[in-house]
Amino acid sequence: MGLSDPATGFGGGDGTTVSPVSPNWVTTRLDFLTNWARSNSLWPMPFGTACCAIEFMATAASRFDLARFGMERMSFSPRQADVLICAGRLPFKLAPVIRRIWDQMPQPKWSISMGACASSGGIFDNYSMVQGIDTIIPVDVYVPGCPPRPEGLIYGIRLLQKKIMGESITDDMLRDEKLVGPSGLFLPADRVDELSEPFGNSVHQTRST
Amino acid sequence: MTNAPPSVAALRAQFADAVTRHLVSCGDTVVYVERDRAHDVLAWLKDAPGQQFDYLTDVTAVEYRDPERPVEVVWQLRSLGRKADLRLKVELDKGGPLEVRSVYDLWRGADWLEREVYDMFGITFVGHPDLRRILMWETYAEGFPLRKDFPLRGHFSRAEQTRQALAANPEAHYSMEELSIAEAYDELPADMRERLARGERGFLK
Repeated sequence: MGLSDPATGFGGGDGTTVSPVSPNWVTTRLDFLTNWARSNSLWPMPFGTACCAIEFMATAASRFDLARFGMERMSFSPRQADVLICAGRLPFKLAPVIRRIWDQMPQPKWSISMGACASSGGIFDNYSMVQGIDTIIPVDVYVPGCPPRPEGLIYGIRLLQKKIMGESITDDMLRDEKLVGPSGLFLPADRVDELSEPFGNSVHQTRST
Repeated sequence: MTNAPPSVAALRAQFADAVTRHLVSCGDTVVYVERDRAHDVLAWLKDAPGQQFDYLTDVTAVEYRDPERPVEVVWQLRSLGRKADLRLKVELDKGGPLEVRSVYDLWRGADWLEREVYDMFGITFVGHPDLRRILMWETYAEGFPLRKDFPLRGHFSRAEQTRQALAANPEAHYSMEELSIAEAYDELPADMRERLARGERGFLK
């Protein structure tokens, strides 16, 4: 940890970006405590729309027992939730709904995109389906699979816990609310188009165009 | 038509000019009728002794890849008492208006079925009490998704589709009548009344 220049935010002349508030012993110990508490008491807001929700229920049930990781309580109210788990495909008609749920969740909050459909639209590359929920809300962890096995979801949750353990209270960017802007999107329009680009076999599906 | 199925023979006797042709496909009887007589035929099939097709299984439509072929509206009928099925079809020329009379007055179950056909194909059911989109949201502006000239991914770019979807008001998908709290409307708090009235459907009482 080198000394940083508070005026420029750059330290050591090596081009490494350092936060204006330099981490010190107190903040790093406090970070550890906060992150340990947060990562081991994640309350999920289950947003289950399809078959992934069945696997999610299996994950929460006794055999896989999500409670082992501090997720004992499913929070069906977004006001008391920490992590939004989108389990299943998201049609455009549900886009404002998940956006509102995300906006209603208090900080700190994270989101997991569970399964191929939530992450990329999956096989539903058509007129009615959002091509990845990252065009609607920010996503922390993507869990691949169609649907993912409970082990896969648990691995994604463990990854999220690992990610939380690396956070710092001095980094304001982490708690930045990414709201829908005046353009009606929270990402630039060309970024949404780029994220929604067809891939794999789906490029052959435009029969009518 | 000596070996025509019983309902077809009866139909031809009753509506000689309305029945254009019939065929038996995979054991199912299919009758094509004139567009303007379809409602009369369906009303007769529902109530006439010996027919009694009291259950409307489905209303749907078909558009074929061949652009010359007309759009078909299909009524699948079932007589619960007689355990008999009958399929009725009307051909709508693509040049003309895609309109057919609603059968809501015969079978109440036609309500949402006709709304779905309208939503997906843009076929107007004249006389339907509440013909609006049912699967897509009501302000959906890209057209009718199951028509053959509709591209699989829709007309707009993904960014525009996402923008329009995010701009939608989720409460607007539901009318007060569907939520069955229209009677309680006056007792709701003022801010909730204001919020519900802002829905794109607009009017309340």
